[in-house]
Amino acid sequence: MDLEEYRRRARSWLEANARRSRDEDDPGADGVAAAKAFMADLYDAGYSGISWPAEWGGQGLSQAEERAFAEEAKDFTLPTYVFSIGLGMCGPTLVDLGTPGQKARHLRPLLRGEEIWCQLFSEPGAGSDVAALQTRATETEDGWVVSGQKVWTSVAQHADWGLLLTRTDVDVPKHKGLSMFVVDMHAPGVTVRPLRDMTGRAHFNEIFFDDVHIPAENLVGRVNDGWNCAVTTLLHERLSISSGVGMGGQKDNPVAFEALRHTVDTGDPLVRDQLVELYIRSRALALFNQRLAQETKAGIFPGARGSAAKLLLAELSMFQADLATSLAGPEAVAYEDGGRLADSISLAPALSLGGGTNEIMRNIIGDRVLNLPPEPRVDKTVPFKDLKTGTRQ
Amino acid sequence: MNLVLTEEQRELRGTVRSFLAAASPLPDVRRAAESESGYDPAVYRRLNGELGLAGLIVPQEYGGAGAGYAELAIVLEETGAALLPGPFLATTLAAILLTELGDKELLPDIAAGTTVATVALDGDRALNGAEADVVLMVDGARVRAVRGGGRTPLTTLDPTRRQARVEAVAGEAVASSEAGMERVRDLFAVAVAAEQLGVLRASLDAIVAYSRIRVAFGRLIGSYQGVKHKLADMHCKLEQAESIVRNAAWAADEAPGELPLAAALAQAYVGRACFEVARDSLLLHGGIGFTWEHDAHLYYKRAKSDEVLLGPPRIHRARLADLLEL
Repeated sequence: MDLEEYRRRARSWLEANARRSRDEDDPGADGVAAAKAFMADLYDAGYSGISWPAEWGGQGLSQAEERAFAEEAKDFTLPTYVFSIGLGMCGPTLVDLGTPGQKARHLRPLLRGEEIWCQLFSEPGAGSDVAALQTRATETEDGWVVSGQKVWTSVAQHADWGLLLTRTDVDVPKHKGLSMFVVDMHAPGVTVRPLRDMTGRAHFNEIFFDDVHIPAENLVGRVNDGWNCAVTTLLHERLSISSGVGMGGQKDNPVAFEALRHTVDTGDPLVRDQLVELYIRSRALALFNQRLAQETKAGIFPGARGSAAKLLLAELSMFQADLATSLAGPEAVAYEDGGRLADSISLAPALSLGGGTNEIMRNIIGDRVLNLPPEPRVDKTVPFKDLKTGTRQ
Repeated sequence: MNLVLTEEQRELRGTVRSFLAAASPLPDVRRAAESESGYDPAVYRRLNGELGLAGLIVPQEYGGAGAGYAELAIVLEETGAALLPGPFLATTLAAILLTELGDKELLPDIAAGTTVATVALDGDRALNGAEADVVLMVDGARVRAVRGGGRTPLTTLDPTRRQARVEAVAGEAVASSEAGMERVRDLFAVAVAAEQLGVLRASLDAIVAYSRIRVAFGRLIGSYQGVKHKLADMHCKLEQAESIVRNAAWAADEAPGELPLAAALAQAYVGRACFEVARDSLLLHGGIGFTWEHDAHLYYKRAKSDEVLLGPPRIHRARLADLLEL
């Protein structure tokens, strides 16, 4: 089947199956059940895991088909939010680094939406500096026992499985004593507490591990090689954020240029110019993303340049929510019904923090794209147990 | 839409880049800029002869190479990055105008590099107006080709590119139309944006290179986040500027309906980004960046001159607003 035919069939499937679907970033049980049913249909029609290996449940097609479907799907709102961590980060990490047993057990149910995944890296004392994490995994006769606390974990309240980064050796420098596991989120000792964020909703959770047993075969990669595994996951994360995996697109966004132009008074020359500024920034980033996609297609891997796209998206999100609420005036922040602008300005900081802060993105661009000299580090050679971590008074 | 260079286009870029690095390095640029004509005719003879760049977009039937705007943008990016002095951009703008309007008289000599031409962009002011053999004077939709007449050199901010006031003596009428001139103005916007992309890239490259060798407080300055984060933001501007220029050049070649918006965006974004990056590059160099001897001010002055070359920057934003029907 040529690409145009593939695209046409994808379009007609979406027309028939996704016309009325919507996406929620804090769905209840009914919402999750509906999303799972949609995902099963999507998988059975051959549109989940399009470029993933066929032997592990994917379609085994190329990036071209994957992109063609994504482009067609832009005009619809697919209920994929609860699967975005699995599809964008955990799944691709297992494809790259998982054992054959892990791939066989997990990838197909992940793609079909039967099982929801979350990613357990950040901790109260280890955010940007995630390698400073303190959750301990101790080896036992038949596996590992884990204790500690994770935080900012999106969709964990619905998750069946988690990709967990732990400390397995405190006597070596911090990057050298980490290990990655697949953890059963329903295992005894796992407590998930939804964390109410500034929007008033629970986008993420804090997770407590109290002597949680993990079987030996759930180790991902090698013992104490968890940092390299985590870098793989984080690279997938930035690319999936900047390419909009599970982000719902700009179609229904009330603060994007297309929506705003119809709701503000463009007779005022100052308003007009502010809208022009929003158009310029939106279009500049859209063209950059298109160029990255075309380069990928031509075999040029974007790598750390994806961090530039992620940083720009974070800044644009903040800028447009800020602009929209300012243009609307007092009714944006005090209302009887609606409140979409208030919600936008509340949600706006999320992208500047999640998936690596803007400052971390700038470090990555400086270090890996521009090859600037690294900052002197005091934490690279010291054994972890002798290192300052977290918040000290 | 094509935003990625082909193999041949990358070769073209490599050829022009290495030619300019050898034939017109920055010390030579300074010498040429201070000479009587303001540029080195020997460099132009090779540029137009060996490389055939004067006639790059001139149709083959008039002795040109018949290349597209994607190729022209690549060349202008390189001449911009090298701060090539003299009438290269001026003659390119004239070639764009004449090619679009289908004028046969002047194109063969321009393509051969034997006629230096320029365009009076607003009224009687023209890039390299004193050096040009022919000045195309635009009045609304009417275009005249003026030879001779008085030329009064202006003092310019940018020492590497001269301008002059041209006496509006009688000249031959050049075929023209309103729609034709609209498109010509958009193509000028694309051409200048391509040069600006080169100036932006070279300014960023210069400060990135310096940040890797300059030490302060016992550390290379590029290791400080105060410097590194600014450079990261400048890199983001470069990525977006390049995407916008490739898109505008593609629209010029393949999608005439999309050209007006793409061209206005190119001037509105790249003009500003180029000046901001040239400014921050100069500032991050420290005191040395403010000296005459250092090259940072040459990029800074070219960036500002280019930003206002086609009119005050607000006109590009106003045009965007009109095209978007805001």
